[in-house]
Amino acid sequence: MPMPSSVYFCLLRAVFLVCFVNPLIILGLSEDVNEIQDHHHHQPKENLTGLPIVTFKWHHVQTPYLVIIWVFVAGLAKLSVVELSHHVTSVFPESGLLIMLGFVLGGIVWGADMAQSFKLIPPTFFYYLLPQIILDASYFMPNKLFFSNLGAILIYAIFGTCWNAATVGLSLWGCYEAGVMGNLDIGLLQFLLFGSLIAAVDPVAVIAVFEEVHVNEVLFILVFGESLLNDGVTVVLYNVFDAFVSLGGPRIDAAEIFKGIFSFVVVAFGGSFLGIVFAILLSLLTRCTKHIQIIEAGFIFVVGYLSYLTAEMLSLSAILSITFCGICCQKYVNANMDEKSVTTVRHAMKLLANGSEIMIFLFLGVTAVDTEIWVWNTGFILLTLLFVFIYRIIGTFLFTWMLNKFRLVPIEVIDQVVMSYGGLRGAVAYGLAAMLDEDKIPEKNLMISTTLIVVYFTVILQGITMKPLVQWLKVKRAAHSDLKLIEKLNNRAFDHILAAVEDICGRIGDNWWTRGWNRFEENYISWLLMKSKARKNRDYLFNIFHKLNLEDAINYVSEGERQGSLAFSRSDEAANVDFKKQFGSEFADVMPNIMVDMSNYELGIEHFSVTSIVKDTIPSVSLDIHGQDRKNAMDDINAHHLLQQHLYRSRKNHRHKYSRSHFSINQNEDEVQEIFQRTMRSRLESFKSAKMGVNPAKKITKHHKKELMHKMPNGHTDSTGHLYGDEVDRAVGRDTGAINSTFMRDMYTIGAGIENPVFLPDMDSPAHSPPWLMETEAVAPSQRAQRRLPWTPNRLRRLAPMRISTCSTDSFLMADVSLTLEEHEEQPQTDNEDMRPVFD
Amino acid sequence: MGLEQNYVSLEQISLLHNRFKQLSQNEETLRRDDLKTIQDLESNPIRSQIIEAFFDSRNFQKDGVGSVEEIGFEEFLTVMSYFRAPPQHITEEQREKIRRSKLRFLFNMHDTDNDGTITLEEYRHVVEELLSRSGALGRETAKGIADAAMLEVASISVGPMAPDDFYEGITFEHFLKILNGVEIETNMHIRFLNMDATVLCK
Repeated sequence: MPMPSSVYFCLLRAVFLVCFVNPLIILGLSEDVNEIQDHHHHQPKENLTGLPIVTFKWHHVQTPYLVIIWVFVAGLAKLSVVELSHHVTSVFPESGLLIMLGFVLGGIVWGADMAQSFKLIPPTFFYYLLPQIILDASYFMPNKLFFSNLGAILIYAIFGTCWNAATVGLSLWGCYEAGVMGNLDIGLLQFLLFGSLIAAVDPVAVIAVFEEVHVNEVLFILVFGESLLNDGVTVVLYNVFDAFVSLGGPRIDAAEIFKGIFSFVVVAFGGSFLGIVFAILLSLLTRCTKHIQIIEAGFIFVVGYLSYLTAEMLSLSAILSITFCGICCQKYVNANMDEKSVTTVRHAMKLLANGSEIMIFLFLGVTAVDTEIWVWNTGFILLTLLFVFIYRIIGTFLFTWMLNKFRLVPIEVIDQVVMSYGGLRGAVAYGLAAMLDEDKIPEKNLMISTTLIVVYFTVILQGITMKPLVQWLKVKRAAHSDLKLIEKLNNRAFDHILAAVEDICGRIGDNWWTRGWNRFEENYISWLLMKSKARKNRDYLFNIFHKLNLEDAINYVSEGERQGSLAFSRSDEAANVDFKKQFGSEFADVMPNIMVDMSNYELGIEHFSVTSIVKDTIPSVSLDIHGQDRKNAMDDINAHHLLQQHLYRSRKNHRHKYSRSHFSINQNEDEVQEIFQRTMRSRLESFKSAKMGVNPAKKITKHHKKELMHKMPNGHTDSTGHLYGDEVDRAVGRDTGAINSTFMRDMYTIGAGIENPVFLPDMDSPAHSPPWLMETEAVAPSQRAQRRLPWTPNRLRRLAPMRISTCSTDSFLMADVSLTLEEHEEQPQTDNEDMRPVFD
Repeated sequence: MGLEQNYVSLEQISLLHNRFKQLSQNEETLRRDDLKTIQDLESNPIRSQIIEAFFDSRNFQKDGVGSVEEIGFEEFLTVMSYFRAPPQHITEEQREKIRRSKLRFLFNMHDTDNDGTITLEEYRHVVEELLSRSGALGRETAKGIADAAMLEVASISVGPMAPDDFYEGITFEHFLKILNGVEIETNMHIRFLNMDATVLCK
């Protein structure tokens, strides 16, 4: 049973790996490639003496082969590192381990070639490895958190980075002048240039370390946001100082400095603005990609990368451009695209980002094994390490102190310590150092080796000690990440309350701005950038409600699968058909969202671990009988017979088609819908009965004795004795009753197919009452009852999440199965219209 | 600046008093209608509940019960004080105390009949109002969401229930439990500083 999306991902993976990673190593291998070409010239000279059957053409494939081998090795490295960190220690961060593994690999290569054949070179890094990491980080940025802390993030990113660059550069220069470093050919401007490249905290390293530490969300967003934005800042600073260095000291006057500052502003804000423009383009584009669902996911990557390259072309800040493109488009893109495409984007994004992160760390290690770049100057290197560390701490405390004057909830000292300790330098600094022009900066190699040492020191040593530090300082950890529905509701109410109180005190405060923006966004921006359908559907709470129900559905399915409940499969079939026929249209009216979204959610939730659903929804519902108790061979035979009778034929039919542009297999959404409906119903069923208790015997026998056509073989039906709490019953009954009369045209199919709690008929409606309320005695079934599907009470109870029945599951199953076997011949099979009484 | 931020300072009190005067049209007391006239409030889906909270004597910290018709400045200030930021350096107990009082305020807002529990109907009412602004969600959906949320509360606070169990509603203890992860004590606050009385006159 091939899952379409897994195939999809494989394809995507292949395509993107080739697209993105390939060129990188071609560049990375530049020296090697030359060598290859040399060989290439020699080869054709051999004379062909006979027709070779098989030839060994290594040189034809050498470059792509080496590229893919490196990718493969990187994958294996990640695998081994992850396994290692499972078994050996959980303290060691993966990034550090990867770098060390890079040392080993570099050593092996060195041993084989006696030369540095592979290394990370700046164009590779900046054009092929970095963009997807930044795009990933920004696309998954928690926007609300980010924008509510934007002020602080900007302060750290802009002023903090400038502070670091200036202080490190000036202090090093001061020490140099004092004669600590001996004789070096570095001037003040070069020191400042070096300071600017070493100033920025690296997002790759920071995410890699902080992801494993789980600090509280404000601290995380501060460090993360800062690292993301200050990369842009540091590149701009670097370019300015680079230009200054080219100009040379004497020609720099006040006008040039002013121009430098001005270009800083233009480059940074221009880049951000460009990113926003591309985000708007992207959002508009996804409004009309409905018919090319297969490739719409690709647009995110293409347009994102385009924003990066365009900014680079215009010499604006490419990193800021792609950052803001990701941040701004995420909401609209996610709403506009098909849910499957969103999932695809999500997975592909993670795949790419993770892949290049591995490559980066690995190659940071591999690069180190090179005799050429290592120039040792004790004073310079140690002082750089010291200054980088100290000024990060001073800067953090200084800017936090200023920020705390304005922040309502101040940043605590402990958080500040972690923030300053989390100032990890990474590949961006190395890339910039490697880009230095040797003509202008004679001590380039010293700077590269110093940068590498700073990177190793921060990533490995600080990375390792980060976790113990966080534990030791008792930093507030992240609360559970997954909010419950009730919490979301409360948060929503809370926002309104704060806004209202602000209104009452009559102050234009934070909430006023948020609200004003939200209103503007809702009225104009969403209108422009979002499909109208998506606009209606995007209510946050409703989505959670969906997810919740879907999770239930999945639990339900996997539970059924686990237990190998054949009865489960059977009743699904019948119920499903009924539902479609009878209520599809009504539901479509009332809750269009459900109908529309249903299929989407099968893949839409990232934390599904339930493979059955993700692999293929269809068979998990109906085909899997492997879990079935095989003790009884007879049962098996019956099972097959039964399944054959009740399966959708159509499901199998699409299996053999192949299409490049469509997945036809899952076009039939009935199964998903029906699972969804079912759980919605069972949620409320269980809730109601749990809430009000049930007094089944009196009520039910009074009203109608329809349900129990069969005695349960083991007589379990209602030994638990529900109590009908009258007052609550009335309350709930009143509400649902109204809906009931409105929406339920045919009461009998309710039992068969409708699972939506909203439409659930109330308890005391004469036509329908929960089956488990019935007494065990078989009662002459009414016409109505006969048309009902045999929902056995026990099965329902099993579905209910809140009630734990006194009956064991096995006995339910036995009951169900035996039921099935008895009656499967007479089951009303497909169509409700011509359903005949089960028992005549 | 540290201290003024955390407590209602004299300056803030005078600002609030100005505001109070303005809202009540220079009367000694404030009535519901006065609050309803605030323009910005009109778009707030749960404004009736918020206004009600100002007239709920449970929130006056005087052990009163029931709602009143009009409040004086003292009560107004008391209700407002629920929205202070917590002081910077406090002990765990103080923090817990602040948290409880803030949560109690929220709880009271939901528990309209003052029986100590938020029943399903009360909760449904809240959710319906809360969602009444987002057009796509009908009343039924709101109800469904409220039910699902309630179900969640039940499963969190009581755990798995026997078939004949009866979950009568969210008690305050349960309320504390479900909102365990939310840092109410630091989130529930607004800035009292810089209140600009001229803004109000629109």
